[in-house]
Amino acid sequence: MIIAATLAILVVMVLAIIRGVMGPSLYDRILAVNMFGTKTVLLISLLGFVMGRPEFLDIAMVYALINFISVIGVLRLFEAFTAKHNGKVVEPAQRDL
Amino acid sequence: MGIAIAINQIKDMFAVVMLAGIYGLVSASFFVTLDAVDVAFTEASVGAGISTLLMLTTVAMTGRTEHEASHKPMLALFVVMVTGGLLIYGTFDMPYFGSVDAPVQNHVGPRYILDSMQEIGVPNMVTSVLASYRGFDTFGEVTVIFTAGIGVLALLSVARRPDDDTAIEAINDSMHEKHLILRVVIKTLIPFILLYAFYVQFHGDFGPGGGFQAGVIFAAGIILYAMLFGLSVARRVIRQPLVQLLSAVGVLIYGSVGVVSMLNGGSFLDYDVLSADPIAGQHLGILLIELGVGVTVASVMIMIFFSFAGRSEYQQAKKGESL
Amino acid sequence: MDSLLNLASSFCLLLGSFLCLSGGVGILRFPDFYTRMHAAGVTDTLAAAMILIGLMLQIPETLVIIKLIIILLMTLFISPSASHALGRAALLNSLTPVVAGDKNHAEQTTEVGDNPSKS
Repeated sequence: MIIAATLAILVVMVLAIIRGVMGPSLYDRILAVNMFGTKTVLLISLLGFVMGRPEFLDIAMVYALINFISVIGVLRLFEAFTAKHNGKVVEPAQRDL
Repeated sequence: MGIAIAINQIKDMFAVVMLAGIYGLVSASFFVTLDAVDVAFTEASVGAGISTLLMLTTVAMTGRTEHEASHKPMLALFVVMVTGGLLIYGTFDMPYFGSVDAPVQNHVGPRYILDSMQEIGVPNMVTSVLASYRGFDTFGEVTVIFTAGIGVLALLSVARRPDDDTAIEAINDSMHEKHLILRVVIKTLIPFILLYAFYVQFHGDFGPGGGFQAGVIFAAGIILYAMLFGLSVARRVIRQPLVQLLSAVGVLIYGSVGVVSMLNGGSFLDYDVLSADPIAGQHLGILLIELGVGVTVASVMIMIFFSFAGRSEYQQAKKGESL
Repeated sequence: MDSLLNLASSFCLLLGSFLCLSGGVGILRFPDFYTRMHAAGVTDTLAAAMILIGLMLQIPETLVIIKLIIILLMTLFISPSASHALGRAALLNSLTPVVAGDKNHAEQTTEVGDNPSKS
């Protein structure tokens, strides 16, 4: 059953990457990366149980934190960047990257 | 490898930074499947975490798109390919990855694995190799991190005038309403992040962890605070002279442990002589040097982030003045 | 007792994987950023909670259970805040959500609503 859950999470990670590559706006891509990160937390926890080494839970915790901090970082810096351009948004939302 | 090619081709810097984060993460998962827990830990925290944050801070300063290269760097490409080719040629002589009769597996590896428990008595073998058997190399690593911190300070430190401070504070206060929810949530989370950093630091003997990872997690907590509450508030909490002092203190602790063992009759960084019982001496030595490593790594990361972000805010305030 | 725990754990894991997969399909097929965010949010919180609870029921060691509880609490704190920050940033930067009266997405509105859209 744990192996089935691991495979399911791997499939979801691939789907998230597809959205990250496809997503028409920047925010879709940030969303995809965030989802990839949280799925990785689950994947590492599951892998820890599959391989019989519960120490992996520490890595899962660190990765949850790091993922959160990275997303907040991207958003804050994006805000600082648009503020630098005096509130004129450099059309990131609809522009195709 | 696909991610690496994408990093090379995409011109938008934000996307590149995100991809670099994913790359660090994929390497961490790779290490997890290879059953190397400590390495995965360090890669997840440093490669996917702090590097992404620092690169983001840089992108905020430099701008979002990469300029077109003005010339084709043919000579540089040639040099890189020749060097790479020579390096690959050099590896033909080395034994295959994981082959049974490699010198590493025959002499050094079994000695560490078999004798580590009796000589040092620490369950986590990575820590015992890193901190005791190869303590000198780790000393070199800590000094390298310290030097990187000094380098960033030398290049990027900005003299702060008092009226700059008020301008920057004005920007930060006006943003309080916008970030209310995040600020409240993060106020709850940060004590746990810092506590977790201490847990990783002192638990490094028994599970994955140690000084490097703990320092990075601590710095990540402080960086989170600085990002959401504003750099000036964070600078008042963590003063610049204190951080600079701490980064030196870490390296000093490490070196002093070595000197004290010399004074006690052993060689440099020989922990056996630090206490009456050699195993207790080893434990004490490992504890102290991991503490030194953690302190230096945390303070250098904080210093680097403050320097980068301080520069970016300085630019922003200057632009605000000149309008 | 043991097989009951096993059964409950398998059920939780299965439910979590199903929710995760449906969220993953959702993030590919939904028409708009904000709806995709909802799909991702489902996978981040509910599916993660189910999977972690399923794992908790598997191993009786105290330390592992405490660590899993901490990961669960952190996820429940962190994921909604991240979604909030992302959604807010997108809205403030004028990424407009697709509304029912939108001409461009006429084919979706006829499925979703009873009232025909007034163009």
